Amino acid sequence: MTAALNIAGDATPLPLVPPQLVTTQPLLRMEGIRRRFGEVEALGGVDAAVYPGEVLGIVGESGSGKSSLLRMMNLEDTPDAGSYHLAIPDHAGRNLFDLDRYQRRMLCARRIGIVYQNPHLGLLMGNSSSGNVAERLLIAGERSFATLRDKARAALDASEFPLPRMDAPPAQLSGGMQQRVQLAKAIALEPTLLLLDEPTTGLDVSVQALVLDTLKRLQQERRITMVLVSHDLGVIRTMADRVMVMRRGLVVEQGLVDQVFQDPQHPYTQQLVHAKL
Amino acid sequence: MTEPILSVRGLTKRFRMHQIDTVLPTFDGISLDLAPGEFLLLKGRNGAGKSTLLRTLWRSYRPVAGQILYRARAGIIDLATAADIDVAHLRRTEIGFVTQFLTARPRVPAQDIVAEPLRLAGESAADARRAARHWLNEFGVREALWGAFPSTFSGGEQQKVNLARALIMPQRLLLLDEPTASLDAGARAALIRRLAELKAQGVAMIGVFHHPQDVEALIDREIDLTPDSPDTKAPDTKAPDTKERADVAL
Repeated sequence: MTAALNIAGDATPLPLVPPQLVTTQPLLRMEGIRRRFGEVEALGGVDAAVYPGEVLGIVGESGSGKSSLLRMMNLEDTPDAGSYHLAIPDHAGRNLFDLDRYQRRMLCARRIGIVYQNPHLGLLMGNSSSGNVAERLLIAGERSFATLRDKARAALDASEFPLPRMDAPPAQLSGGMQQRVQLAKAIALEPTLLLLDEPTTGLDVSVQALVLDTLKRLQQERRITMVLVSHDLGVIRTMADRVMVMRRGLVVEQGLVDQVFQDPQHPYTQQLVHAKL
Repeated sequence: MTEPILSVRGLTKRFRMHQIDTVLPTFDGISLDLAPGEFLLLKGRNGAGKSTLLRTLWRSYRPVAGQILYRARAGIIDLATAADIDVAHLRRTEIGFVTQFLTARPRVPAQDIVAEPLRLAGESAADARRAARHWLNEFGVREALWGAFPSTFSGGEQQKVNLARALIMPQRLLLLDEPTASLDAGARAALIRRLAELKAQGVAMIGVFHHPQDVEALIDREIDLTPDSPDTKAPDTKAPDTKERADVAL
């Protein structure tokens, strides 16, 4: 156990101030997200905004609600209360939680990419890697075999996956390669929003670094808007522009990455930042 | 008199450390004005809060009281309370921070690190790289190193890469935290040339220098941050009004 720490304290999080100079609207806006699983309040009223081209990092310990929030962004779950808006054609002004299952599936296939920590959640491990990537294009309505294969190849290539192995099933690939297949599947349709749930957790340090390099390069070249969940502050520091710190289903602090790491305000964030070995 | 680009009023920073239940004071109630093209030297003993002030202006640190009124192209904004996205925007387009250390991402070649601010500002890869090579050359980084990873460079070479990156974009306000530390004479001369050129273009600068004689010719004004020095008390001009603003798209 760590030394007892008065986490509650008087450190109420700073309010999220609306921008005064930047007039571009957020790409993603969530308000008042609440979700209870039995006795546990996984999300206790969370607001979030992500601007186009930005990388938002979400940190927090296990059970903080960060992955639950990401699943909401991927429309895998519906909150007990709250709204979710993406500024994309056909859906502006619409609470995406009101969409039915089919609409959600189409929206996700066309607009949202996700990479899970566990590749089993994102891939069919026995199918070919190229087939996994093509599946997503199929759902979105692509029917020509040649186009499917070309697009799958291009996405795998952009994810720095070795193309000679594109027909091998993920089950035969290393962890790092499996993550590259997930990434290729996620970016195959040039998503508006890329969600990353602990994408490099569990990989060897050297492999982790290479996967992060690929992500960073893709982000810079394509200005993909990303939400990255990780408990690893180094990953967040490398990738994110802004960071949200979650604890027990609430956002306790958010700010520019350098500010949150160099001048953390909340007792929990201070504990987290100083917990480095 | 030209309108100041920066008006600091009553700026106060304390670090509250919850785990040991302590509050560390640094500076208290600082006020100052800075005009375009002006070079202000921060003085004061170790621990007087010189670097802390720069980091607070950059918003790596959050002040506990006071205003940092910055006259952006689109209007006046208080950096003490501005939204993160506005601060991020200004860091990309108007305000630069030159530190004494390079914190480069690993496995990125020197010329790409230097070119990055221009890339983020929307310049083409080819133009950005051309400018990066120009500035690497200007600061005396050998051509053989341009495609190599700076994490393998000596401290002095890293600092040259850092300067080339930090000064590649003409900003409107530059914060300088001991940029001459660990530089050889050639690179120091190149730095001073570049700063003089930017100053003549109207870039305002606030700097901390261990050896202020390095930049003596540039200094317009000095203020002493040591507590109870009269330098940082309120200028008699009124702080500007923050009302009028133009639109800024990302």
